[in-house]
Amino acid sequence: MAATLSSPQTRTLISTATLSRRKGRITYRIVLTLVVVVFTLVFLGPLYWMVTGGFKSASEVVANPPTYIPKHPKPGNYHTAWTQLKLARLLFNTLYYAFGALAFQLVFDVAAAYAVSKLRPVFGNIILAGMLATLMIPSAVLIVPQYVTVLDLPLLHFNLIGTPWAIWLPTVANGFNIFLLKRFFDSIPNDLMHAAAIDGAGPLRTLWSIILPMSRPILGVVSIFAVVNVWKDFLWPMLVEPDPKNQPINLGINSLSQGVPENVIIAALAISAIPTLLIFLLFQRNIMSGLTAGGLKG
Amino acid sequence: MAATTVPENTTKRHAGRQAGPDRRATGRGPSRKVAANLQAYGFLVGAVLCFLAFSWYPMVREFIMSFQEKKRGVTSWVGMKNLDRVYHDPFFWTAWKNTAEYTGYALVIGFALPFFVAIILNELRHAQAYLRILVYLPVMLPPVAGGLLFKYFYDPDYGLFDHILKTLHLPQSQWLDSSHTAMISVVLAATWMSMGSATLIYLAALQNIPGELYEAADLDGAGLWSKIWHVTIPQTRMVLSLMLLLQIVATMQEFTNVFVLAGGNGPENSTMTVVYMIYQYGFRYNNLGSAAALGLFLLLVLIAFSGVYTRLSRNSDQDG
Repeated sequence: MAATLSSPQTRTLISTATLSRRKGRITYRIVLTLVVVVFTLVFLGPLYWMVTGGFKSASEVVANPPTYIPKHPKPGNYHTAWTQLKLARLLFNTLYYAFGALAFQLVFDVAAAYAVSKLRPVFGNIILAGMLATLMIPSAVLIVPQYVTVLDLPLLHFNLIGTPWAIWLPTVANGFNIFLLKRFFDSIPNDLMHAAAIDGAGPLRTLWSIILPMSRPILGVVSIFAVVNVWKDFLWPMLVEPDPKNQPINLGINSLSQGVPENVIIAALAISAIPTLLIFLLFQRNIMSGLTAGGLKG
Repeated sequence: MAATTVPENTTKRHAGRQAGPDRRATGRGPSRKVAANLQAYGFLVGAVLCFLAFSWYPMVREFIMSFQEKKRGVTSWVGMKNLDRVYHDPFFWTAWKNTAEYTGYALVIGFALPFFVAIILNELRHAQAYLRILVYLPVMLPPVAGGLLFKYFYDPDYGLFDHILKTLHLPQSQWLDSSHTAMISVVLAATWMSMGSATLIYLAALQNIPGELYEAADLDGAGLWSKIWHVTIPQTRMVLSLMLLLQIVATMQEFTNVFVLAGGNGPENSTMTVVYMIYQYGFRYNNLGSAAALGLFLLLVLIAFSGVYTRLSRNSDQDG
């Protein structure tokens, strides 16, 4: 363990000893500089081009050769983009859909996973197997029959097209959520359930006061996935929200960009990127650990 | 065992009368069991209804629709007609070829690159947080914003990429406008947008490799490549193999990037994927039966692939 004491980092491919030699140090410096420069260019470069592109005039943005810094910055493009593409509306729609979907998933999927994990009714395992089996079905295959179902809900004969329900409710049918939640609930000792029962708590009370407070990490993971999925989805909202007024931003920007000058579109792209980039930079630690935890063990 | 699996639901009302772990032994057992079951189903009902309406029923319906046709509001059984029509569509094989091409490029670029990047990031002792955030930034863009941005870069008249190639005195490309390069251009954009998540997952896996293994390899005189080949890859094999399966299944269903960047078909139908063709049948030609039939083909291919893949990887796990 002496090695770990001398370096805060765990041992990787290249040993600390190699790196501390003169040759190793120089190579390391070169590689580090190269990686930092290349990564900055590749990942930050396009974003820089997007933000500055939004400041260029209609002719400058399509100029060949392109300019690296806008000659006469036009902040007005951003204002035009905001009003002409109705970005406020699109951003609101996105939030509305994402958090609605999150709420439905948290209520229904948590309750269902709790039931199959802790309450264990007769046929509970069959229902669970049915839910997990949907993980095998590629989502693109179900687009057509799902669309027909949303067009005319069986038995009830509601048409959900154009309503937020068409986005919210299908997200509940998510086998991966059930899998993650059920597995986490399984790891909570049943003794706690018994103790709660002896104290006179019903299943709802037990869920609320004992299971949920212990499940914060997994609820975080499920929440991130719920929001990200709605926010990234494209084909499904395109089919069920045909009116550009009701579309989430990921889709609306594409629908409304027809016939809009290039510089205004690019300004709109930059605006659309701001909210999530801000959230990411503020919560990057939680988001990155949550995504890897959920993805790894899936 | 049974005592722990059977729910011991004591509602507040009954708590006073029977508050022991052995309530099932009392005469009221059966009705209590029924009540407990009903209560449990109460927790399940919301999710079950959603699964029923938006997953299980559509699944069945997918099969039914493939053999039905709707004309002037009248639905009738047409046997194999839809499957036959789709199969003999002049673009059926084009779409499969394009889909395979997309998946292939995505494997070469989109699968290998994040692993390579993760290995490099794991070795660096500085700027780690900065580099990690950089790689992940594009994942946080709305995917369509990333797509439209790349479309602007790809423009052969004023795009940034041709300008860079020209500055470096390299031959310029038509990118999305040529049937030869359209698909690979889409894959490059898609990789830029999404490689961050895979990189972070690999990075987490790399950090779980015990350092002793590398020390032992050093003692055996192993070089850098041999350490990657004999320690890094075997130690991350589970994650790699799972990610490979997920990625292939996902790229076989490609739609959004092709739609946003190349308008769907692309030049000379060079980017028309199977899912885009499903979309075209269902929502452009309004032929939902044929769209469902094509979906059935896709379902069979993906299920067959996943089955073979899991069997193969399970066998290799037993060998290893």
